[in-house]
Amino acid sequence: MIPGRGLALGITMMIVAIVVVVPLGALVLTLNGITPAGFLATAFSHSALAAYRLSFGAAILASLIDVVAGAAIAVVLVRYPSPGMRILDALVDVPFALPPAVTGITLATLYGPHGWIGAWLAQHGIAVAYTPAGIVLALAFVGMPFVVRTVQPVIAALPREYAQAAASLGATPFTILRRITLPLVAPAFLTGFALALARTLGEYGSVIFIAGNMPGKTEIVPLIIVTRLEQYDFSGAAAVALVSLVVSFLMLLTINALQRRMLAARTAA
Amino acid sequence: MTAFELRGLDAAIARDAPQREGLRAVDRLAIGGVALLLGFFVLLPLVSIAYEALRAGWPAAAATFADPYARAAIALTGLTALVTVAVNGTFGVLAGWTLTKYRFPGKALLLAIIDLPLTVSPVVAGLALLLCFGTNAPLGAWFAAHGWKIAFAPPGIILATIFVTFPYVARETIALMSETGPELEEAALGLGATLWQTFALVTFPRARWAILNGLLLCNARALGEFGAVSVISGNIRGLTSTLPLHIDILYNEDNLVGAFTLAGALALLVIGLTLARSVIEARHQPNHIIETRR
Repeated sequence: MIPGRGLALGITMMIVAIVVVVPLGALVLTLNGITPAGFLATAFSHSALAAYRLSFGAAILASLIDVVAGAAIAVVLVRYPSPGMRILDALVDVPFALPPAVTGITLATLYGPHGWIGAWLAQHGIAVAYTPAGIVLALAFVGMPFVVRTVQPVIAALPREYAQAAASLGATPFTILRRITLPLVAPAFLTGFALALARTLGEYGSVIFIAGNMPGKTEIVPLIIVTRLEQYDFSGAAAVALVSLVVSFLMLLTINALQRRMLAARTAA
Repeated sequence: MTAFELRGLDAAIARDAPQREGLRAVDRLAIGGVALLLGFFVLLPLVSIAYEALRAGWPAAAATFADPYARAAIALTGLTALVTVAVNGTFGVLAGWTLTKYRFPGKALLLAIIDLPLTVSPVVAGLALLLCFGTNAPLGAWFAAHGWKIAFAPPGIILATIFVTFPYVARETIALMSETGPELEEAALGLGATLWQTFALVTFPRARWAILNGLLLCNARALGEFGAVSVISGNIRGLTSTLPLHIDILYNEDNLVGAFTLAGALALLVIGLTLARSVIEARHQPNHIIETRR
């Protein structure tokens, strides 16, 4: 037994309470000020509903894009180790490192009507900045490293014996992929998806510059919260914040449960 | 040596294949595709930051740093990062010790609460702090009555930054310290070491790279925090404007040279911190890539 448990635990819990529990508690307590009917009216107002749909939809779509792009990047990084590949490997970390506001103004300028990519797209009649596509683009940018870094070590450590054994028994490449390789990498993909989703669901700084922020069209959930705060509608802001918090948690819990089932099925088999 | 050739995607992820056969057209296509993707998606934005910052020449970019508001923002961001790293570093080491060296009920719950800030949107975090420490809130009113302004002032900015970067050091230390459990410490104590000696001579040396790693990430995130800070700060130029908030102001004023000069400087600093992290990770804890990336 190591002494000092009471003191260490006491101080740890005190800091956690001050930093995390008290502020989040204040958020929930603010809802005391409104009636259930009032809560429903403000949390599920027309503009709030449109924002949930946009924010959650864009985050899910961006994370799915990240899974596909991240898988390709991870496979290439693992398969062709070379000095030049280190540069690509380092580039993967850039979206993770860049501060949200830096990402935001950079993407908005680059894909804006006068930007290098935006101007070219505009000639072909495609608008990315200030449309939902711009929101998905910014979220995919921010979420990409999470998928690559989760999938990469798993692919690198993939046991080859099962696939070779299956091939020796006459399995076709497609069967091997479906029955052996995919089940082995699927949990990592799911983790990568969950990490990207967790990051993108509440993303603010990298999105608002490119989003356009048109009410009902390109207005994301965090922006609704900020707008209501600017109007001193504290309970309205708290209501939307609480709904988005609960939905985020439910999504991530579902993915967690799915992952546990996958791992359990694998150990059983 | 395999008697049976693997084809399709399975061949693509067997890493020993290309060295044996040299690069085929498919390999070149795959490498080219990913290089193109990362080039357009990641490298081009980086290049465009430098281009936008320097398009009016070096003197114009350098003049950004002479502006007193920019200097105030840099100073506030420096102060915020310093306090945040000190607080979260101390907490991270303490939490690592507490959660891995003792048994107590509710450990999983405590872990989940420590991780909570990672899933909370920065804007929601800022809102929660505002509802807690704003002048209308009981706690904020109490502090105001004692002469402490928290919301719309530097203390609020620092609190928001501490909230957002709260788990980073703790996650690193918990992951590392849980590898061994309390056995080493128990042995040291059994041999007559004091609790402090046990920590300083047994626990800390083993965990120092994990702690440094967590501090670097915490620092990088603290320097760039935007959403939570923008809600709680009120964004008063020269007073409560951090570097990211000042970049926002300059960008909205169409001062692109100023905005991208500061953005480039901040990006260089933060990318440097991230590279340092990767080097440490590669040298000192190769098994921690997944856990530490968040």
